[in-house]
Amino acid sequence: MSFDVLKIRKDFPALHQQVYGKPLVYFDNAATSQKPEAVINQIAEYYRTINSNVHRGVHYMSQQATDAFEGSRKRIQEYINAANHHEIIITKGATDSINLVANSFGRKFLDENAEVIISSLEHHANIVPWQVICEKQKAKLRVIPVTEAGTLDLKAFEQMINDKTKIVAVGHISNALGVVNPIKKIIAIAHQHNVPVMVDGAQGIVHDSIDVQAMGCDFYCFSSHKFYGPMGVGVLYGKEKWLEEMPPYQTGGEMIKSVTFEKTTYNELPFKFETGTPNVADVIGFKSAIDYIDGIGMESIKAYEDEILDYGIKKLKAIDGVKILADGAPKAGVISFLIDDIHPYDAGTIIDKFGIAVRTGNHCAQPIMDLLCIPGSIRASLAFYNTKDEIDRLAEAIITVKEMFA
Amino acid sequence: MSIQETATKIVNEFSLFDDWMDKYNHIIEMGKTLPMIDEKYKTDQYLISGCQSRVWVSAELAEGKVIFKADSDAVITKGIVNLLIRVFSNQAPEEIIDADMSFIDEIGLKEHLSPTRSNGLVSMIKQMKLYAVVFKTKMKEQQA
Repeated sequence: MSFDVLKIRKDFPALHQQVYGKPLVYFDNAATSQKPEAVINQIAEYYRTINSNVHRGVHYMSQQATDAFEGSRKRIQEYINAANHHEIIITKGATDSINLVANSFGRKFLDENAEVIISSLEHHANIVPWQVICEKQKAKLRVIPVTEAGTLDLKAFEQMINDKTKIVAVGHISNALGVVNPIKKIIAIAHQHNVPVMVDGAQGIVHDSIDVQAMGCDFYCFSSHKFYGPMGVGVLYGKEKWLEEMPPYQTGGEMIKSVTFEKTTYNELPFKFETGTPNVADVIGFKSAIDYIDGIGMESIKAYEDEILDYGIKKLKAIDGVKILADGAPKAGVISFLIDDIHPYDAGTIIDKFGIAVRTGNHCAQPIMDLLCIPGSIRASLAFYNTKDEIDRLAEAIITVKEMFA
Repeated sequence: MSIQETATKIVNEFSLFDDWMDKYNHIIEMGKTLPMIDEKYKTDQYLISGCQSRVWVSAELAEGKVIFKADSDAVITKGIVNLLIRVFSNQAPEEIIDADMSFIDEIGLKEHLSPTRSNGLVSMIKQMKLYAVVFKTKMKEQQA
């Protein structure tokens, strides 16, 4: 069956609007995706019917809300093929998930003899939490360099990893360049040294099927909002053995078993890491997003996205003066580019006037922009509801940009 | 020309343009006549934060009037900062401090005034007014 993008677009109400009198082209999907009607309706439905606090009440509504909330957890577990539902920790987003691992794992396993490895391609969210915990624990932060092609230098990584390495934290797909990292190889190398790997899957979950057991990662983090679900919800998948050993991250209600002023006993997984009232409505809404995506099928989505990405790269490269960043590296969903010597801010300001939403700047990944010696880039990030016609409109806008700044 | 007179002149200039492209072409043109800051001032000290592009603004006092110079690595930002320089430069510190900035809204650049915009127009105005405050204080001290 062919991929009916026009039919799919009907499911996303926000796509059907005019910006500056022109039909919106939404190419900022790596920042956040638009939401299908099913997700929007589910959130409203929750507040209209079963809204109540979870895991506490004995009353009927609370039981309904708890069942729906735990139903979401099981759906997430099933979707990423985690071995156990208690290995799914609900957080506020990928950043929150990474902070949880950095702080909790860091306090337990990092000291002045320890090293943590991240990469040059990381989003600030997978840099700063590690910097802060390494500083606190007096551990050393090491960074996998990139090759000229824009891919991670695995040889350098193999030389870098040693007995002191306690954890490797790398992104699955780079948000700034769209480069797909050889995550299985990285995990294999790390596991040869018995070092666990945390994967920042904020972009990875969006563009590929994720099977955490097949991948072999020890932690996998992602946000709902980049994956067609509501904002304010994230997931931390962690292998049971690590989560059991790690101390709680934040403290308060729900995460405790018993509290006296002398001693508090912590709750079991996953509740040990889920303190306070969670974002129930949006967690339930996220299940609708997964159901929706699964209904279309990630394999079809991936095939279509690769097709329009390939079309987009070719179309833009055909314009004289357009330079695609990390061209030739394996990519997913993102075209990061520059036009002649035009500042990305100048280009972005004009592209916006065409009703096209792109992101300009360093994309919260300043280190890789510094390494490439550029002030930033223009990023068109695609989703399966984008079309080749929209890419053509971007190409037209780029030609106007070239004329205006010639 | 007073601040208000220059502002009115700029509003009239922009009223000639019907569409956004002409308006931005005018801003780009304005960037080309920007009084350029001396290279030695292009340091972090003169860099205005809150901009996606880099903007440096320097100010000096000459015969009771503030003279602004600037540069940016982005062309539109150059035009926008020159717009401000046309309004503020060669004016007394007190006039700059009290200047009404509503003309920016009138020329249809209101979107650039939002604090979430990354071009830092708000930061530029703030920095230029801050220079004026410093000069006003210095002038008072000299008079005292």
